[in-house]
Amino acid sequence: MDRMPRWADILLVPAISLLLAALISALVILAIGENPWQALLIMVDGALGSTSGWGYTLYYATNFIFTGLAVSVAFHARMFNIGGEGQAAIGGLGVALVLLYIPFPHWSLALLAAMLGAMTAGALWAFVPAILQAKRGSHIVITTMLFNFIAAALLNYLLVGPLKPTGTMETATAGFPETTSIPSFRDMFSFGDVILFRGTPANISFFVALLAAFLVWLLIWRTRLGYEIRAFGFSEGAARYAGIGATRMIVLSMVISGALAGLMAINNTMGSDERLIMNAVEGAGFIGIAVALMGRNHPVGVCLAALLFGILYQGGGILGMDTAIPREMIVVIQALVILFTGALDQMVRMPVERLFARRRARAALSPPGPALPGLQTPKPTGAPTAEP
Amino acid sequence: MANPSIELRGISKSFGPVQANKDISIRVMPGTIHGIIGENGAGKSTLMSILYGFYKADAGTILIDGREVVIPDSQSAIRAGIGMVFQHFKLVENFTVLENVVLGAESGPLLRPSLARARAELRRLADEYELDVDPDARIEEIGVGMQQRVEILKALYRDARILILDEPTGVLTPAEADHLFRILRNLEAQGKTVILITHKLREIMDVTDTVSVMRRGEMVAHFETARTSPAELAEAMVGRKVLLRVDKRPATPGAPVLEVQDLRVTDAKKVERLKGVSLTVRAGEILGIAGVAGNGQSELLEVLGGYMKATGSVRVKGVPQDLSRDDQGQARRDAGVGHVPEDRQSEGLVLDFAAWENVCLGYHDRRPYSGSLLMDLAAMRRDADAKMGRFDVRPHDPLLAAKSFSGGNQQKIVVAREIESAPALLLVGQPTRGVDIGAIEFIHKQIVSLRDAGVAILLVSVELDEILSLSDRIAVMFDGRIMGEREAGQTDARELGLLMAGITEPAGRAA
Amino acid sequence: MDYPTLLQLLDSTVRLATPLLLACLAGLFSERAGIFDIGLEGKMLVAAFLAAATAALTGNVWLGLLAGTLGSLLFAAIHGVASITFRGNQLISGVAINFLAAGLTVVVSQALFGQGGRTPQLGEGSRFASITLPGAVDLQGLSLAEQRELNPLLLLYSDVVSGHTILVYVAFLTVPLTWWLLFRTRFGLRLRAVGENPAAVDTAGISVTRLRYAAVAIAGLLCAIAGAQLSTAEPAAGFIKDMTAGRGFIALAALIFAKWRPWTALWACLLFGFLSALALRSALVESIIGLDVPSQFLDALPYVLTIVILAGFVGRAIPPRAGGEPYVKER
Repeated sequence: MDRMPRWADILLVPAISLLLAALISALVILAIGENPWQALLIMVDGALGSTSGWGYTLYYATNFIFTGLAVSVAFHARMFNIGGEGQAAIGGLGVALVLLYIPFPHWSLALLAAMLGAMTAGALWAFVPAILQAKRGSHIVITTMLFNFIAAALLNYLLVGPLKPTGTMETATAGFPETTSIPSFRDMFSFGDVILFRGTPANISFFVALLAAFLVWLLIWRTRLGYEIRAFGFSEGAARYAGIGATRMIVLSMVISGALAGLMAINNTMGSDERLIMNAVEGAGFIGIAVALMGRNHPVGVCLAALLFGILYQGGGILGMDTAIPREMIVVIQALVILFTGALDQMVRMPVERLFARRRARAALSPPGPALPGLQTPKPTGAPTAEP
Repeated sequence: MANPSIELRGISKSFGPVQANKDISIRVMPGTIHGIIGENGAGKSTLMSILYGFYKADAGTILIDGREVVIPDSQSAIRAGIGMVFQHFKLVENFTVLENVVLGAESGPLLRPSLARARAELRRLADEYELDVDPDARIEEIGVGMQQRVEILKALYRDARILILDEPTGVLTPAEADHLFRILRNLEAQGKTVILITHKLREIMDVTDTVSVMRRGEMVAHFETARTSPAELAEAMVGRKVLLRVDKRPATPGAPVLEVQDLRVTDAKKVERLKGVSLTVRAGEILGIAGVAGNGQSELLEVLGGYMKATGSVRVKGVPQDLSRDDQGQARRDAGVGHVPEDRQSEGLVLDFAAWENVCLGYHDRRPYSGSLLMDLAAMRRDADAKMGRFDVRPHDPLLAAKSFSGGNQQKIVVAREIESAPALLLVGQPTRGVDIGAIEFIHKQIVSLRDAGVAILLVSVELDEILSLSDRIAVMFDGRIMGEREAGQTDARELGLLMAGITEPAGRAA
Repeated sequence: MDYPTLLQLLDSTVRLATPLLLACLAGLFSERAGIFDIGLEGKMLVAAFLAAATAALTGNVWLGLLAGTLGSLLFAAIHGVASITFRGNQLISGVAINFLAAGLTVVVSQALFGQGGRTPQLGEGSRFASITLPGAVDLQGLSLAEQRELNPLLLLYSDVVSGHTILVYVAFLTVPLTWWLLFRTRFGLRLRAVGENPAAVDTAGISVTRLRYAAVAIAGLLCAIAGAQLSTAEPAAGFIKDMTAGRGFIALAALIFAKWRPWTALWACLLFGFLSALALRSALVESIIGLDVPSQFLDALPYVLTIVILAGFVGRAIPPRAGGEPYVKER
């Protein structure tokens, strides 16, 4: 029997996990001599207090939607893809190669081409670990992590050498042509004398991200491939029995995952930086893990969690400027969210389940329904069904 | 009068609203073999778990040799002299026999002295009870019969006076089972107490002195084995008269539907699992594959089901099947093969999916489940609802997760799915393992009516009684080969038992 | 390449292999008991920071080692509680620990020292110094030509074997100690059993939980020494942000490569140490190969080779059977 109603499963448990993460973060902030409540106020104001803040918040949220979707798609197939950081970085490379070497008359064409380039690049970067896991059993967590390091080294080499225009100082590619500049929020939402989202990097990619979220939902819960991915993720044996090939599942899920992570590059590399720079991803790939876990691997949850982390990230930046709390505090919060929503999940769930069990027991004291013959001993909590 | 070796008074245990054990009382005298019989779900496992310290009883007392004991964990059970041989062995596969025996009963912090002491003791026990084992063999290298002896030795090494065996013969050939019974009688003669938990009437009659019957959590009867009969026991088990045989008309087989020629399978460790199996199943007949688990039956089913590679030839309705790949599940289904797998929990169902999502597993690419782009969830739910109604799956809730159904109902979902896909050939593996008697009868009836409708059925089961009552023809597998084929009406358990043990005799010769 | 240069390379190899070896053995204990530990990286980082920070603040490097050990054990405890008591996903727990360490070390370091995440440089007294073993020759003042004059074995002894910090010697001693503990003691038997079939251990009346916590604690201890060696053992002079740089993952690859056996792990880690030593000497590599090698390529080499090893050998290596699975009593 289901141990708690759906709303508790989707909202209450993550909320409690978040609260725990927040509490511990507050303790850390206290320990380094700062005021947590003040910090929270500064963060919220910095993130949501002006359209400028909103612009940054939504820009970061866009990054995290892409990387969060990436991790969540792989999770549905039971693959723990921690290579989003590298896949997003290589996605940037894909964008840069497309935009620098192909002329485009209009930004819409450039955007479509860049999306393709980003997705292909990210997918390729995820393909190798996927094949190694499928054919050789190499653990995907280790290989994707190592590929992050290799991506960093590769991009370092390219941006210091071959892709850097001669005579410039900055370790970056040349700027992308004017015609590839996609509309920013400032362009889209300002009218007349009223200029909104001034100076912020938020751009049309935000809507691409939302579209991607919808398409991921469609894929996972409405298509045959999604059914197969979920079946494989829940039970490899059942998938085998049903004729769902393991290699196909591992590779497809990882390739889609890599493509989504790579797609992030249209937001930062194309939409904001307008050239490929060093360390363009800045940890967004890792935050994607927290976002996916907190969002319970569902696109709606991912979008909400991404928004939350966008607030934290932008707020954290402001915090770093206005207080002695460094930006790395975000990494601490992200780690705590992953810890509580991912690993310490049972620690949060068990008390909630007990609460609902007690409510059910009280309700059951009313007259019993018709006896159900054939009903066996219920299985102990958490245990795999052990047949007598 | 001497104290009973072990006595239970009023043991009760509930899990939420369901009472697994209700006021159980038993007395077992030392130097006897006592059987506890009941169908799946009667509460035997819960009782044993309480005796071994896994659960704490809600009420009741346990007395060993007349003294009350408390058993909060396995350590206490072992100290109280209780040794348990589980249905699924608790052995470390890549340790030696010696290391397994010594684990947890070491004589000190250093290993060498413990192993030396154990070696000497094992030799003594082997002589005394006919429990021969090779102390330096690794568990993964020895056969199931010897593994079971290791489990018994573990208990004896810890000075167990009460030995409890849970479904011990499921993995043994009849000959190995006889060896086990000899060991049990030796133990009995030495004054040990043996409790045998089983659902097999034949074993109770063969080896026990007394027997208790459990039904729906209660102890409903005690008998002296010599003064009862299988029929009486079965009736006590179920609470009503039980048909020990399935009613069926003679078969009228048609054209061959499945033709297997020289099937060979080698596993990942380069061991040959199928050594040239050939068989034929016709439309409208049931071919039963008998044999102790582990002799290639699982591999046979997996190859026919399309998820294990093999060499040889398999033809379904004359169409050759691709044996070179292990992802042919869909192709087989398209060819008209349905499959009720041996393990419903890790193969037949995705436990975390709801019932409605499981009802199309393997057929999810067909109408009405899948359109050109998207799946039709409403159609899936409607179909699940209809199937669950026709097959009396309880609770009748398509939205419930598969893991929340009982074993029998889970099996009914799988059977419903496979039967209603209108196969030409139905593969069935261990259809009634872990299933309550009501569901067993239902499933058996379904299989027989499918056969009457002209479907070819390949039935694999370790339960000889099931094979004998359902099959039209029987083939026995041993060591990856078919040892012999017989007409069901012209053979019996003894003849089949010999074949199952790898002994081929010319038909008609008495042993 | 001449002999003294080779020896210098081997000398670096030993030093660079040490944290890998310790982390690898840490992973060995943990995984042999059935607990996957992806968080070796985080534990090392925490220990590295605490060791350096405490040494900087108190001037006593042994206090630093103690602080590092306490920090690593705390993180190990988090992993243990999440994996054992709450039966959570061990991979997620490990990843969380890595991030937590990465973030906290910088936050605390910045609060204490304000140097952007690093600790102050450690002076001679507050770090582990090189130990000259008896009979070794002081090679400091000698030129390569002069070194070549010496007895080859003496040179090997003086350069490669002597002159390391105590932590390096401890690390190498841990290998036979690990072997003995795992294969000659009751504890070792039980620990190996719990990683293969925890049900067997449970039904024998031994606490699965306690064994696994013990394994996790040993892992924490070994990671602590690894981290301390990174930041407080000569020639290191303090903690730098993210200084573990993936060593925890390389140690895991070495562990798989070594099929979870202590002596083989030693060789695997020496191999990786050798590669790292090469990466620091791009000029040497270029002179051997004769090609211009970009420094980023050498940096990436250990990671690439790890992937190659994982791809090449892992299909055959069989991990402890119960690895990564939380133990739930089958009733």
